[in-house]
Amino acid sequence: MGTETMRAKVKALLIDEKGLDRTITRLAHEILERNKGTQDLVFVGIRTRGAPLAQRIVDKIREIEGVAVPLGTLDITLYRDDFRRRLKQPKVQRTDIPFSIDDKNVILVDDVLYTGRTTRAALDALMDFGRPARIQLAVLVDRGHRELPIRADFVGKNIPTSIGEEVQVHLKEVDGEDCVLLVEAPEEGR
Amino acid sequence: MSLSSRHLLGLQGVPREDIQLILDTAQTFKEVLQRPIPKVPTLRGKTVVNLFFEPSTRTRISFELAEKRLSADTVNFTASSSSVLKGETLRDTARNIEAMKVDIVVIRHSAAGAPHFLSRHVRANVINAGDGRHEHPTQALLDMMTLREKFGTLEGLRVAIVGDIANSRVARSNLYGLRTMGAEVALCGPRTLIPAEAELWGVPIFYDVDQAIAWADVLNVLRIQRERQARGYFPSLREYHMRWGITRKRLEKAGKPIVIMHPGPINRGIELDSDLADSEFSVILDQVTNGVAVRMAVLYLLSGETSVD
Amino acid sequence: MNEPQQAKRVLIKGGTLLDPKRRSAEQVDIVIENGRIATIGRIEEASFSGDVVDARGHVVCPGLLDLHVHLREPGQEDKETIATGCQAAMAGGFTAVCSMPNTDPPADNRSVIEFIRERAAGRLVTVYPIAAITKGRQGEEISEMADLVEAGAVAFSDDGSSVKNTAVLRRALEYSSMFDVPVIEHCEDPYLDEGGVMNEGFVATELGLPGMPRIAEEIIVQRDLSVLGYVGGRLHIAHVSTRGSVELIRRAKEKGLAVTAEVTPHHLALTDEEMRRFDSNFKMNPPLRTAEDVQALIEGLRDGTIDAIASDHAPHCVHEKDELELEYAPFGVIGLETTLGVVLRVLVQEHSFPLAEVLDKLSYQPARIIRKEETLTIREGAQANLTVFAPEERWRVDANRFFSKGRNTPFRDWELPGRVRAVFNNGLWWRREA
Repeated sequence: MGTETMRAKVKALLIDEKGLDRTITRLAHEILERNKGTQDLVFVGIRTRGAPLAQRIVDKIREIEGVAVPLGTLDITLYRDDFRRRLKQPKVQRTDIPFSIDDKNVILVDDVLYTGRTTRAALDALMDFGRPARIQLAVLVDRGHRELPIRADFVGKNIPTSIGEEVQVHLKEVDGEDCVLLVEAPEEGR
Repeated sequence: MSLSSRHLLGLQGVPREDIQLILDTAQTFKEVLQRPIPKVPTLRGKTVVNLFFEPSTRTRISFELAEKRLSADTVNFTASSSSVLKGETLRDTARNIEAMKVDIVVIRHSAAGAPHFLSRHVRANVINAGDGRHEHPTQALLDMMTLREKFGTLEGLRVAIVGDIANSRVARSNLYGLRTMGAEVALCGPRTLIPAEAELWGVPIFYDVDQAIAWADVLNVLRIQRERQARGYFPSLREYHMRWGITRKRLEKAGKPIVIMHPGPINRGIELDSDLADSEFSVILDQVTNGVAVRMAVLYLLSGETSVD
Repeated sequence: MNEPQQAKRVLIKGGTLLDPKRRSAEQVDIVIENGRIATIGRIEEASFSGDVVDARGHVVCPGLLDLHVHLREPGQEDKETIATGCQAAMAGGFTAVCSMPNTDPPADNRSVIEFIRERAAGRLVTVYPIAAITKGRQGEEISEMADLVEAGAVAFSDDGSSVKNTAVLRRALEYSSMFDVPVIEHCEDPYLDEGGVMNEGFVATELGLPGMPRIAEEIIVQRDLSVLGYVGGRLHIAHVSTRGSVELIRRAKEKGLAVTAEVTPHHLALTDEEMRRFDSNFKMNPPLRTAEDVQALIEGLRDGTIDAIASDHAPHCVHEKDELELEYAPFGVIGLETTLGVVLRVLVQEHSFPLAEVLDKLSYQPARIIRKEETLTIREGAQANLTVFAPEERWRVDANRFFSKGRNTPFRDWELPGRVRAVFNNGLWWRREA
């Protein structure tokens, strides 16, 4: 994803700005409800767009509960499984988890759940930081086509797609706007 | 994001963007080193051979650690003598590396240009871990990383390299790298250890170490080889220490903050006063920590290009 | 390769005869009968029976003579032999070479000189042995010079190193002067050059390679000239490489000293910038110098300060040269097969030297130094000692196709002008197969 896919043809607006805010509010409520509050709860957002999403959920929780839950950022570049297939190395970005995840209830946040490979890498990375009591996955969009036995615990929206399509999440923090688009995948694919 | 070369043979001619990328990447690897499990699976399945034709404990351990932290398979080959004495040529070594399907070669060699030679004959990525008196790029990169951490930027920083400039690969790599990054470099040492026509580098050259201290923000103090004295480059270690040894008294006289670096191992009491190495002036242990991070960054950035033939 | 044949009846048709001695160029036909020049003039091909060399557009000149060649035999036959060295010479247009005495054993006694002459006998290329100045090339006692000259030595040299002891050099010049034979000095102060790999200067400083300062050569040139001025004799300075040396020799010649000098093609064509590749094929002694030195060498050739061009052909095995680290590889490069091409390119094409002048420095001038000028005479009735080459024909240097055993050329992949087509000498002739 990124600038090169921006040029792709937009097929549909899946979630607009208002809808995105509502979805995040709902995710925050669901997470609180199922975890019975904020006890031992920590958030880790996967770079790039999972990080600001996690921030927004944490902000919502503060509004709702008046509690600041710990938030970290995870870069999974070093754990990717397509290493041998790439010619050039992607830039490694900072991972910043300024708290222990031992015995914590970790909510892993990403924008789109697709093949599950990113989640697999993120789980492996998290394990190197400690031994959490539990890890739950929260995603804004689940578009199907899993290649690994992974499922999300919290889903903002399920969007059935075809392989030739791509779901693009745009966030103000990264892209300057809030929306989720369905676009035609470029020829070279993902 | 990638480097402009498949190999890291030296810093001379390496573009600023490449050095920037290595230093930025190293900074993220430094975070990896602080994790409870300071290891990532990135180079799983990659084979790195450490070819050390010259004894070196520190650099070898630092590379080995960097490789292991990246989950590469590592093989060490250490030969105290050169290939010539073994009766096998460097070309033979290259042939063996090809046959063993190694992905990355880290080479330390007493002859300048040995890594360049190897890079012409193997498909693997070659990393120079020090070649003769020529270059030691990862040492200079870790020096630069340490200074960038300390000062925020290398731009405009004044680094005086003190000691045996003529025979130092650390001096050359630092000179090339630092100047590319916008720092100012000066050289200091006895005239006999400043190489011919060094003035063409266009950097200040001091024979008086106090002048160098007055000029500099940072002193990178080189190890003095006792063998140089034996070969008559200066009269005695005593006189060397008196004229060029870095002492607390000298630094205090300068009356300004100054940072001391040393590539190690230190001859305590010769080029550097014993207590200075462990003092508030010194960043020598940061250098060692950063060494692993920088080497991880180089291994990571170069390894992406392996499959290009 | 094809072997040289008896030159029974050969017609060189339509070539341009360029005899530097006469400074004339004329298009003529030459008939060679039983190794001798039978006719110079106009010969109709139709009426001629025998071999014909179509030399239209080619230059016919006296056979070239190389003053400085390491044939490596006896003792280092894995690097080169007298047979392969002579083939390489022939392919490069040389009909005579002087062999340097740093063999194993060194050519410091009659039996080695005789061995070399025996091995060279009957070949197209004449080998003129140079004998060692001192016994065992140790720089201590002078060799049996009278006996060596009688055995066929044409000069004395401890090439590879200088005669360290000035008193020994003095005796050598004094003693050899009785036989009118030159002492050829490799000028190098061994202390200043100790451990050196390349020219001392900024390039060496940048590369961290130990330097060999120009003064190491010049100090010995100066010393030798002082001794020459004092005791007389004949001194030849091998492979001059620095501007300072050229100036010293120029001044000595102005004073009338009996000094001559040679320069190699690689010192005319290359500078120490080549070392940036860390390729041992650019490692030689004296080392490649700077552009300023190259300019001075070219000027020295132009004004006659430097008399001759010599290859300093120094073959090494691939495994001990190409395959080794630059710092550990031995000094020396080969040159017999590239010398003509390189000097045509550098001197004639790039520096507008007259072709006759360049050929003079490859034939009469070196021959004069060893008193062999008469072997180059081109006239009816004389022995045919000729080189035929196509000055415009361009070819690419491919080390794997050399006749020499050596592959250590610094001119790999160069495109050179001047292809040797045929050579004649000692009753034999050889033609390059198309």
